[in-house]
Amino acid sequence: MRRQQVLVLYLANSALDSAVVGWSVYDGTGATRRMAGDEETPPYGNGLDALKDGWRLFQASQLLPHARGEEFDLAYLKYEFFFEKLVEVAP
Amino acid sequence: MTALPLLDAEAMASFVARGFLRMDAVVPDDINAAFLAEMGDIAPPVPGQKLLWTYFEMMARAGVPEVAAGTPLAEVYPQGSALARLLELPVLAGAVRSLVGAAPVFDHHFLHVTFPPAYHEAGGGENVSQHLHQDSTIDPRRAFDIQIMYYPHEVTRDMGGTRFLPGSHLRKVSEAAIARYQNIRGQQHMACKAGTLLFIHSGIWHGGGVNLSDRTRTMFKIRINPSQSQVRQFDVSTLVPQAAQRPIFYLKAPPPHSVEQILMTPEPWFENDTGRLEFLGRIKLWRYLTGDATYDADYWLTRVENRADA
Repeated sequence: MRRQQVLVLYLANSALDSAVVGWSVYDGTGATRRMAGDEETPPYGNGLDALKDGWRLFQASQLLPHARGEEFDLAYLKYEFFFEKLVEVAP
Repeated sequence: MTALPLLDAEAMASFVARGFLRMDAVVPDDINAAFLAEMGDIAPPVPGQKLLWTYFEMMARAGVPEVAAGTPLAEVYPQGSALARLLELPVLAGAVRSLVGAAPVFDHHFLHVTFPPAYHEAGGGENVSQHLHQDSTIDPRRAFDIQIMYYPHEVTRDMGGTRFLPGSHLRKVSEAAIARYQNIRGQQHMACKAGTLLFIHSGIWHGGGVNLSDRTRTMFKIRINPSQSQVRQFDVSTLVPQAAQRPIFYLKAPPPHSVEQILMTPEPWFENDTGRLEFLGRIKLWRYLTGDATYDADYWLTRVENRADA
């Protein structure tokens, strides 16, 4: 049977080959249990390196126009890319 | 000027830029020991007992008073108690005065304890770090609260000290909506000597670490609101007026140390474009705290405020 591993990369701009500034990993195989604050060095230097390592991109954040009056407001990380790997596990 | 050791301009600029000030081992050992004694011993793990129940028992026994939100800070802790003595320390009182002004108000406090693996195993729970979050709720104010985090004993890296993200305080997010972010470049973990204080802007993204040691880790947090002006409460005699804007982009040598340099230093996690917006936010906060509505650093606000077309 197959299980999904999810890698989320937060990049420095909208280009997939820009630098990683944040990251999360959720492992559906149960082999690892990742959590907040568990790693100081990103798994990849940029998003393209993740593709080269077999991760499949399945979602990227949109580029949205800036609402009038809110042009300078900041909230969540802007360049979010979701990747997956499907891994065979023993039943 | 009061006799308190107020923060100087560079310390204030660092707080504006990064959202925290750390003071290592500034609380005397006798106050640390008195605080831990007043908190009482934490019961050993009990097989089958949920950790939440252990926590409730600990809170019930600890010598921390229940206090109404909105109480003047000076009236919160009994005279002579470890926490009253903590707040009277000049180094702490001077920082509080500099950041939130005179007559600050108590918001809430909490005894944060992270437990070693044995407690989680006994209770059947999972030993994981706390999700990243911003305290309270969406806070669009220019004024800000501070939180004092007090570490009464030494905290080693494996004890799950507070994790926080420098420079995240100006982002308006909704509490645990940021929980999805596990790791961000530049995040810091509090590993420190006994008696260390961490002052954070109320907007700082943070979370408790996972305790992988064999000792409990205790941290006491107090949230404080301003009740009066936060403007020019620090040691303004240390402010150095800018004679002119600094040259930008085309530079032949690293710029000298200055408030402007502190405000214009990015964090490792800054995105290329929004990192510039972070600079704008810092300049606006510096304008607020210095009472100088015309202040600018590196021309960021001057450019977008130019109304030549008006």
